[in-house]
Amino acid sequence: MEPVAAGEFAGRQQAIHAGSHGVIGRDAPFAALSSFTLQAMIWPTTPARGRQALLGKWSEPDQSGYALVIDNDATLALMLGDGEDNVEIVSSGQPLHEREWYLVGASFDAETGEVCIHQVPLVENPLANSVAEVCKTRTSRRPGRSHAPFMIAATYGGEAGGRAVGTHHYNGKIDSPRIANRVLDRDSMTALLQRPIPADLRPAVIAAWDFARAIPTTRIEDASANRIDGMLVNLPMRAMTGYNWTGKEMNWQHAPEQYGAIHFHEDDLYDAGWEADFEYTIPADMRSGVYAARLTSGEDEDHIPFFVRPPRGSRNADLALLIPTASYWAYANEHMVVESSGSEIFNGHLTSLSPEDLFLNAHPEFGHSMYDVFFDGSAVCHSSRLRPILNMRPGITISWVGPGGNMPWQFNADLHIVDWLEAMGHDYDVITDDDLDDEGLQLIGQYSAVMTGTHPEYVSTRMWDAFDTYLRQGGRLMYMGGNGFYSRVAYHGTLPGVVELRRTEVEFREKSAAPGEYYHSFNGEYGGIWRRIGRPPGTLVGVGMAVEGFDICGYYRRKPGSYESRAEFIFSGIDDEIIGDFGVVGGGAAGIELDRCDGDLGSPPHTLVLASSEGLSNQYLPTVEDCLMISPGLGAMDNSQARGDMVFFETPNGGGVFSTSSMSWSGSLCHNGYDNNVSKVTDNVLRRFLDPAPL
Amino acid sequence: MYKIDPSRKDLVEEFRANPVGHHSADLQQMLNVVRADPFPGKYVLLCVKPHREWILGRLSGVRGDPVEVVDDQVFTCAEDAEWEVFKRRWKTLTGEDLN
Repeated sequence: MEPVAAGEFAGRQQAIHAGSHGVIGRDAPFAALSSFTLQAMIWPTTPARGRQALLGKWSEPDQSGYALVIDNDATLALMLGDGEDNVEIVSSGQPLHEREWYLVGASFDAETGEVCIHQVPLVENPLANSVAEVCKTRTSRRPGRSHAPFMIAATYGGEAGGRAVGTHHYNGKIDSPRIANRVLDRDSMTALLQRPIPADLRPAVIAAWDFARAIPTTRIEDASANRIDGMLVNLPMRAMTGYNWTGKEMNWQHAPEQYGAIHFHEDDLYDAGWEADFEYTIPADMRSGVYAARLTSGEDEDHIPFFVRPPRGSRNADLALLIPTASYWAYANEHMVVESSGSEIFNGHLTSLSPEDLFLNAHPEFGHSMYDVFFDGSAVCHSSRLRPILNMRPGITISWVGPGGNMPWQFNADLHIVDWLEAMGHDYDVITDDDLDDEGLQLIGQYSAVMTGTHPEYVSTRMWDAFDTYLRQGGRLMYMGGNGFYSRVAYHGTLPGVVELRRTEVEFREKSAAPGEYYHSFNGEYGGIWRRIGRPPGTLVGVGMAVEGFDICGYYRRKPGSYESRAEFIFSGIDDEIIGDFGVVGGGAAGIELDRCDGDLGSPPHTLVLASSEGLSNQYLPTVEDCLMISPGLGAMDNSQARGDMVFFETPNGGGVFSTSSMSWSGSLCHNGYDNNVSKVTDNVLRRFLDPAPL
Repeated sequence: MYKIDPSRKDLVEEFRANPVGHHSADLQQMLNVVRADPFPGKYVLLCVKPHREWILGRLSGVRGDPVEVVDDQVFTCAEDAEWEVFKRRWKTLTGEDLN
């Protein structure tokens, strides 16, 4: 294909500043301070990690200001700097314990120079006491002034790309941070945790941020009369259980006062914030499709994919190829196997790390996927596209899928479908999950048929509802993959390109959300697999997740349903009993992750099973939610439930669903110059689905 | 707990012939031990040329640590590398050299 545009541009290195924190934009209330008290409830997850800032107005370049920190010796400390190379650190002298709630505070008396440190664990541990109250230290230092903003969970590290950069990021939760304009004793600090602020303390309060407010936003609101609101950078986790969470309520919307904590991480990342080096304006008449910006420098080459959709409210084809971007974001920059020694047993072959994997290992600032854990061990629940995503590039496979990483995943696997549509001459528009979440039925309702990608695993409620209505209105859906419509994600209300997933209860996952934190902060919905939310995938596509394996792929054998008249159009011109015992992905069309027809998985009673998988190895194991009682013989060679079923069923008003139920199906489409029974079945279904005659 | 029987060369040959995919129950049981070597030193493949060439590496298990390159032996087939790693692990587990 000829390039649509070309040019030479100067390359440059742009840094990514990961780490989440709060920034307070207004400076005046802090600049005027002389005496003060800083306090918060904290739940540190890596107190021994080195200096981590909790809150304060500290400029790292100037070594000026004040900040309450966890210091290099894991103790609570107040840092004072006069901006003239004089820095004094007053420490509690007692290391903080991991994952324990503390009331922490520090006061500074500008008249006397007295500094008091309060480090009070919420739960007393008789043999591991970490309480400390140090109130005797006098310092001659006075906090210097600087342009540093007041920050929470980091200190000001200077400017880059027009943005304030955080440094000394904190790992852990912060709840109820406050700042007062005078010295407060411990009783007053405790009283200041109350809502509303006690009347006698109100004159002293400069700011009392209540993180339980505005949880779905990036705003942090000040509950004091001063209304010194701030902003959160890089999406720390909100709707986190606070120091006062009782466990009686699991939903933050029912007891927001118990969800006043934010969990900050040094490795949170929403927006890399890179400045543009070149721009390309999509012409109005550019054909909808999958494109890439091809970058070359010497012998190095890279492709940055992008999707061109038709203008909003219009379409250029009867078929929409729905690119499962929510699932792309879920896997973006995944690197879990580098830290998991069990992955080789799980996958049945050696892990194969690409240069991109090694780069991500060396550059944690590129952020995580929803399969990774943070440095502090907590489960990642946000993933965004506003950063370089190295594993969603043409030609890049995934380290743990197939020997030598020979089975493509997500974007690369979906390119097999794009390739087939192009080779077969089918017209299609490209739309994405991000579009569908935004526009709902209005978007897909335009099309005679919608075709999915190979692994549309993550689905928002708005997406689900759009599919449901589309199918009831006579729409046609070709589900071209496996383990689709599995988990619920939430798109953000205002921020583009980011999804949230709280992994709950049971499902394949590296790590679950913490107790009491199962509801998404973006929209208040319960997270996890749709099956546990009362909408099993079968209700949409006739099948639901059954089994996965990552070594080789099997094939399909036709079932009696394929010979019924309802299926005649699907197998027209096909005499074969075996479907897809070939292909470039694992050698067969039934593999990697497969779905089963099962009433318990929501399959409608009239679902027609066309074929079932065979030839899977015992590396293929059932999904954990099917294994509430563990027993021997779980592998696919011994377990009839661990299979994939190709199905078809009719929906109201002449609509229908065809499900390949296999992620490797697309890898067989191109076999023998596209002349094969997988290609033929797909083509038969597509042609019939585009025919307006009711099914 | 299962222990590897060094006399089961039939399983070694079965693996050598087909390192990835369907295995007999006995070989699968053996592989569950052979492939369970822990961090640090977990063997991995490092891709030199996409889908064509690999070398052996070892992981520390610590995020951000560089991956140790074992040597400069290049494999043009991932299954060949499986056999090489199997031999190395067999030596560690049984003290025997396999040819």
